Amino acid sequence: MIDSAVLERHGVTREEYERIVGFLGREPNLTELGIFSVMWSEHCSYKSSRVHLKTLPTEGPQVLQGPGENAGAIDIGEGLAAVFKIESHNHPSFIEPYQGAATGVGGIIRDIFTMGARPIALLNSLRFGELGAPGTKRLVEGVVAGIAGYGNSIGIPTVGGEIMFEPGYAGNPLVNVFCLGIARASDIVKGVASGVGNPVYYVGAKTGRDGIHGATMASAEFDDSSAEKRPAVQVGDPFMEKLLLEACLEVMKSDALVGIQDMGAAGLTCSTSEMGSRGGAGIEIDVALVPQRETGMTPYEIMLSESQERMLLVAKRGRETEVERIFEKWDLHAVRIGDVTDDGRLRVKNHGAVVADIPNRALTDEAPVYRRPMAAPEYIEEAQRLDLAVLPAPPSPDRTLFRLLASSTIASKRWVYRQYDHMVRTNTINLPGSGAGVVRVKGTSRALAMSVDGNGRYCYLDPKRGAILAVAEAARNVACTGARPLGATNCLNFGNPERPAIMWQFAQAVAGIGEACRALSVPITGGNVSLYNETDGKPIYPTPVIGVVGLLGDAERVVGTRFADAGDAIVLLGESRGELGGAEYLKVVYDLVRGVPPAIDLDRERALQQLVVELVEQRLIRSAHDCADGGLAVTVAECAFGSGGGADVSIDSISISSQSAMNEAAALFGESASRIVVSAAPSHVQAVLDRAAAAGVPARAIGTVGGARLRFAVGGRVAVDVAVDEAERIWSTTIESHFARRVA
Amino acid sequence: MRFGIVVFPGSNCDEDAFHAAKDVFGQEAEYLWHKDADLKGSDVVILPGGFAHGDYLRTGAMARFSPIMASVRAFAERGGPVLGICNGFQILLESGLLPGAMLRNRSLKYRCEHVYLRVEQTDTPFTNAAKPGQVLRIPIGHGEGNYYAPPDLLKSLEDNRQVVLRYTDPQGRVDDAWNPNGSVNAIASICNERRNVVGMMPHPERACEALLGGEDGRLVFESIVSAMASR
Repeated sequence: MIDSAVLERHGVTREEYERIVGFLGREPNLTELGIFSVMWSEHCSYKSSRVHLKTLPTEGPQVLQGPGENAGAIDIGEGLAAVFKIESHNHPSFIEPYQGAATGVGGIIRDIFTMGARPIALLNSLRFGELGAPGTKRLVEGVVAGIAGYGNSIGIPTVGGEIMFEPGYAGNPLVNVFCLGIARASDIVKGVASGVGNPVYYVGAKTGRDGIHGATMASAEFDDSSAEKRPAVQVGDPFMEKLLLEACLEVMKSDALVGIQDMGAAGLTCSTSEMGSRGGAGIEIDVALVPQRETGMTPYEIMLSESQERMLLVAKRGRETEVERIFEKWDLHAVRIGDVTDDGRLRVKNHGAVVADIPNRALTDEAPVYRRPMAAPEYIEEAQRLDLAVLPAPPSPDRTLFRLLASSTIASKRWVYRQYDHMVRTNTINLPGSGAGVVRVKGTSRALAMSVDGNGRYCYLDPKRGAILAVAEAARNVACTGARPLGATNCLNFGNPERPAIMWQFAQAVAGIGEACRALSVPITGGNVSLYNETDGKPIYPTPVIGVVGLLGDAERVVGTRFADAGDAIVLLGESRGELGGAEYLKVVYDLVRGVPPAIDLDRERALQQLVVELVEQRLIRSAHDCADGGLAVTVAECAFGSGGGADVSIDSISISSQSAMNEAAALFGESASRIVVSAAPSHVQAVLDRAAAAGVPARAIGTVGGARLRFAVGGRVAVDVAVDEAERIWSTTIESHFARRVA
Repeated sequence: MRFGIVVFPGSNCDEDAFHAAKDVFGQEAEYLWHKDADLKGSDVVILPGGFAHGDYLRTGAMARFSPIMASVRAFAERGGPVLGICNGFQILLESGLLPGAMLRNRSLKYRCEHVYLRVEQTDTPFTNAAKPGQVLRIPIGHGEGNYYAPPDLLKSLEDNRQVVLRYTDPQGRVDDAWNPNGSVNAIASICNERRNVVGMMPHPERACEALLGGEDGRLVFESIVSAMASR
């Protein structure tokens, strides 16, 4: 019955099949093969990535829960924990943008409340093809509406994020969603099943045929037949999830619960085997008891369905009525579908007859692990070569600044974020569009800052350095609010790991993340890997997206990115070296993605971040903005926008080329890392410079806030002199007017 | 005084209203579960924002059938002050406690941002602390806030001074460019003829603390607190 065609359909190799036979001591039946195929898919098993992920730093005194649970958790004081994680929903969002993105949000929210935490903030990191490319508009509108439709309805604010448009993502957009919740540290709930005879409950939406083999789909490349895979995308119901959220948090308070897990990828299969495996127990269920939305569903379909908004929970024996009553209150029906056993097996029955019987460990800990071959891709050497001398003379800096402000990477994303409810729950201190998201923690004086960052272009040119820069930028964005970075989560978006070049990119990036997280003391507490991001053999840029969470002791001290008062001094912390490799400037002006990304010294980065946190803590600065895409000129312009005035800045000249115009451009638009633009009252400037000197961070007062113009002098010569109103209009309307236009 | 905050399945601004009433203004606050009929001695009832019952049919269309709504109606008929915020406003419209209807925003998109509002009427329990014509900056967050009333109803609303807040520019001038959703006559809030039931699309509970970027919403809570004190 199980021939090579069946194996291929399940994405199971011949060798893997032999292993299955070895574990079972016999041939599997089709249901069992289906169960193995989803649990051993790349998506669930991390079989290609696991050996590399093991090298990441995951420990620290602040870490309450590292990788391996539904989400990670860090200690934020006063007996509270921040529970957070990032996850991708790339493949479903390409096939059906609205539902793909919506269910991505739903999935990550379930991961957080499953830990016993009340979700209080969402972020997202999105990548699409170029704004004007065919199909981009439809995808962007669908994804943004899907995120909004789910997050707004369930009432969790989307407090920040990032979105970029690059040709490499046209056939494979990225939708990464991050959620953070708050729990009492002592009440964190785990996804374990234990206690022989304890009842296993199913609660939430009914099971349908949607999403069958979603996990396997997410582990394959796209081609022309992808549209036919549409039935593998699930449909979200935020109202159902809102009920589940409230009911589950209420059940958790009751102490009648042993463990709980959401049914995400690989549905009932994954939740039963993982809970059993973590608890060193077995689970026996009867699929005939599972609430079903369609008739005639087979055990195979029920076990593999990825219908949304479903939870599996194990309650304490004797507390059944209590648990059932809480769900009844919320018009949900907790259905007992089985029991915890002591034999370490996943046993599935259908009307009493055994249809699958598999040792849990074979599905989880003993799933295949591959050490895939790696080789540096051929393109790298050529792509890193950047000869500025052969480029045509740069356009005027005025014009360049406008072009950069209008570029889709830099232009205001208000059109996007105003579709998200970013204020519900009344905690949001820094609104979207001003750096990291910041929410206060009610009942305390504290606040949490969070940022998600990644730069695919840098990682394409140098995956290791690109990944280091992503960690540094996310942590720096958090530090700019005044928060001390405490922990991180990562979402690793790459192409097909069976290609040595992709596997090399992956390994390099993971090495970079590890190095940066160690140096900056932000351990990785969990995350997600998304491979096979390719369409028709063309991989995306390697795109590790890093989420960093930080803590402020006093929410009242938070600063934003915007300048405060005219007359304040502008101070640059860090050093400009005029690096243009991989810069937005090269892309916008010369349509080049070339060179080596900016160098970074992690000790200096750490000193810089500690300095800015200290300056906020001591109320010496009134704004702080990480200097990244578009360099210093763009950063200062963004600080000025919305502040009601301009800025007058004077910086040193830099010599990187024989062309003086290129040197000027490098000074204005170069993207050297480890820089922050801060503003301070004139009376505090000396104190800021003194602290910087004490911390060993280069710092210089470079200008003044105010006036109606954005003026930049380089080496004493005025290079840019434009009306701030005009610059702001260009920056704020580019994306909005693109979507207002009725184009295909 | 005691605030009663109704919780429908799918309400998501219930905790925010509760926090404003209790933690910011130091008043008593109680959640009122939609399946109950007891208002627990509330002096004022708030129908909070959210997506009651998922709002899959029409905003507020299911919530009007919840048992608590019969008690809210009776409370309103006795002259008790009732405030519907956002989804709560939509529920008041569906229940017939206020006239008119909501359409999708003319952008067909959800919008969350600060807007400017001019106080048109100060003789309601939720605006009595304002000066006539005062301009407030308060956030909105909705996809269906495009208020509609047919011409005769609109005329009677205006004639009876039932338009409580209007969307304006920062100087308090009505200007279509500053109307975030396309509401007829830039209406952001109305009251019933008796003036004790008020519905508004903006979220005053989101603008009660300086830390969150604005305090203009305090005025709504201060109004009701002073209205009840002088009773």
